[in-house]
Amino acid sequence: MANKTVLFKIKRQANPTSEPFWEEFEIAHRPGLNVISLFMEVALKPLTRDGKATTPVNYDSNCLEEVCGSCAMLINGRARMACSALVDNLEQPITIEPFSKFPVVRDLQVDRSVLFENLKTVKAWVPVDGTYALGDGPRQLPQVQEQAYQLSQCMSCCCCMESCPQFNEGTGFVGAATIAQVRLFNMHPTGKVLKDERLAALMGDGGIQECGYAQNCVEACPKEIPLTKSISDVGGDVMKKAVLDFFRL
Amino acid sequence: MAKTAKIIIVGGGLAGLSAAIKVAEAGGEVKLFSLVPVKRSHSVCAQGGINSAKNLKGEGDSPWLHFDDTVYGGDFLANQPAVKLMCEMGPDIIDLLDRMGVPFNRTPEGLLDFRRFGGTLFNRTAFAGATTGQQLLYALDEQVRRYEAEGKVKKYEYWEFLSAVIDGKGTCRGICAMDLRSMEVETFAADAVIMATGGIGAIFGKSTNSVVCTGSAQGSLYLQGAAYGNGEMIQVHPTCIPGEDKLRLMSESARGEGGRVWVPKTAGDKRPGKQIPEGERFYFLEEWYPKYGNLVPRDIATRAIHKVVYDQGMGVEGQPMVYLDLSHIDRATLDRKLGGILDIYEKFVGDDPHEVPMKIFPGMHYTMGGLWVDINQQTNIPGLYATGECDYSIHGANRLGANSLLSCIYAGFIAGPHALKYAAGGDAPGADLESALAAEKKRQLGKNDALLNNQGGENPFQLWRELGDTMSKNVTVTRYNDRIAETEKTLLELQERYKKVNLSDKSMWSNQSFLFTRQLENMLHLARVVALGARLRDESRGSHYKPDFPERNDERFLKTTKAFYNSGSNEPRIEWEDVDVSLIKPRPRRYDSK
Repeated sequence: MANKTVLFKIKRQANPTSEPFWEEFEIAHRPGLNVISLFMEVALKPLTRDGKATTPVNYDSNCLEEVCGSCAMLINGRARMACSALVDNLEQPITIEPFSKFPVVRDLQVDRSVLFENLKTVKAWVPVDGTYALGDGPRQLPQVQEQAYQLSQCMSCCCCMESCPQFNEGTGFVGAATIAQVRLFNMHPTGKVLKDERLAALMGDGGIQECGYAQNCVEACPKEIPLTKSISDVGGDVMKKAVLDFFRL
Repeated sequence: MAKTAKIIIVGGGLAGLSAAIKVAEAGGEVKLFSLVPVKRSHSVCAQGGINSAKNLKGEGDSPWLHFDDTVYGGDFLANQPAVKLMCEMGPDIIDLLDRMGVPFNRTPEGLLDFRRFGGTLFNRTAFAGATTGQQLLYALDEQVRRYEAEGKVKKYEYWEFLSAVIDGKGTCRGICAMDLRSMEVETFAADAVIMATGGIGAIFGKSTNSVVCTGSAQGSLYLQGAAYGNGEMIQVHPTCIPGEDKLRLMSESARGEGGRVWVPKTAGDKRPGKQIPEGERFYFLEEWYPKYGNLVPRDIATRAIHKVVYDQGMGVEGQPMVYLDLSHIDRATLDRKLGGILDIYEKFVGDDPHEVPMKIFPGMHYTMGGLWVDINQQTNIPGLYATGECDYSIHGANRLGANSLLSCIYAGFIAGPHALKYAAGGDAPGADLESALAAEKKRQLGKNDALLNNQGGENPFQLWRELGDTMSKNVTVTRYNDRIAETEKTLLELQERYKKVNLSDKSMWSNQSFLFTRQLENMLHLARVVALGARLRDESRGSHYKPDFPERNDERFLKTTKAFYNSGSNEPRIEWEDVDVSLIKPRPRRYDSK
């Protein structure tokens, strides 16, 4: 076993407009390696498999504990976090690519700011009156908290959007993550004051109606957030609102 | 109409976002700089909870008792008035976070639930599952997004702080920063600057900190004249999961919820932990510290684990590991209260902690030291503020679990309004503002050019590895002066070798290794501050432990270490400052009595 190695190839791209290309790497195997530590090895010794000098791989990362949402990429074709992708569980050669539905910045870095813009559009916040002392927050049953907590663990990694067949330029679909956040804030005792505005933001082109119920999102989500349940819940609310709006003068 | 105050905030974790909210709410204009989208800041890693003496468990808790625990836990090295203020503000901060929608765990009556953490006998820690930091950060991130949508906050994400712009009078007038995509260097003028750049984990190589926690910003400011306080005070967390790329935290809440630390009574016992009967387990923390048990403060638990592993040779399977055991608690309770962190263990190690004891070991975790600040969070450079983990003020020689989230928000809430007050104070920039901005930009561009044109064969990541190795080996849990001196020698050599660093990537578009190499220079300087402070402090206090000086020495060292950069000799110079102990008289810190 002394000579066991890890074989992996990375799809690289120098800048947003240049052509992508593949590079192959091979490093000595150690127990406990994850995909991030492969990149660290390359940075220490930037040589491809055939000994050609190259540059360290560019990728987004931060916490390396699967809570910050930074290091999402395609690993063996699947949208997932690189930090929690353990080498020993992956088939080799491991193929590593940037997300395909977001603009590439460089190598494995992509621009996912669209999600943060969506969160602005749906007002994904509780509109507190102010930060001065205004007393206790609203009481909530533990059951409600548990439901909210599930949704609130969304780390904006965008795996759900990358995996969704409807998330593309043609539909302009907002994606599952944003819809789940609408459900979260509409569920909150004071956050629901903006419920109508949030639902309105999900109506029309690119809104919740674009969902094709492929259910890829819920399978891709590293945090096991009930995304399809959220889409059907919020979808129901949007429908109700549409009917009410229709009959209102 | 009064002019709108322009405030720059560097760092978008809890401290930076708290400051941003206060400034925006009061009508100031915020420019918020961050290396990463602020929602991805290191605060997300905090797991267990946030302390506040709400006293909802009928225990007679109070902000004063919280204050006493914090000061005592920090071994009396913190200036007491700021700590007292923080503890008094605690209950209001929790209420505010609750109102912002943080999904805190609840009691059956729908009230906030609290659990116990290390270094206290009270259930004082509010928590949202086992990802409290993430939940708090998201709540503040959402409020800042709201201000962003209203045009009151402008975010500069994927920007690196390079330096402060300091005018001829020594006043901070703005910052110089680099766009991480285009690599362009720009200066930004401001009425005041608030730093919120977190800890310095990367100086120790592998730690529980996130990738961005390099300490580079603090290092850069130290080189510009900012005082750095108590640099030697570094917290090593007793329970981490060793990994190839980092040390992952196993939250203190695991012990707060009943987790027990043990090793087999027979050294080298080959049986899997689960098969070792109760009577053959050595629960050393419970035995040595009967009153606090598994919930002794972190420095004490860390040293106990080192003792059992290194002095007594009783590590699990002969390795530097001990068990942290939750498998006696029922699955549903664990999932409800600790789900998030148990998932992490299972995901990264492959074992299920509901079923088998976890294997853990101490790792570098928290930076108690940091930029020196006064009671208003202002550094010694007028107009420059520091908040959160990058400031030195609250935790003294050891931080209590679940106090970091509170101290971040507290500091932001103090710095924001004080920066505004300072901005309104009328000391307008002089005619030399433009030239100060231009000069700083030129200096930073010069550094970039030098780095790109450097000749030599040193790989920056190799230098970093050696930096981390020497710091972790000699300047963490157990410190000896000769070994620290050895590290200081290594640091000097690394600084020499840094001059010959050669980048394999010289492109000027989103070049991460270029950025890291730039940070490395500041990290090396700051490492020298940490090492020198550790060598000079000949006593044992909190996390700082020297077997050759095993007692606390208040007569000589009840003092803040203040490090200044001496540009002539290119090394740190230390001054000692008295600690404000006006509220609680220092007493011996012991957790081993009944």
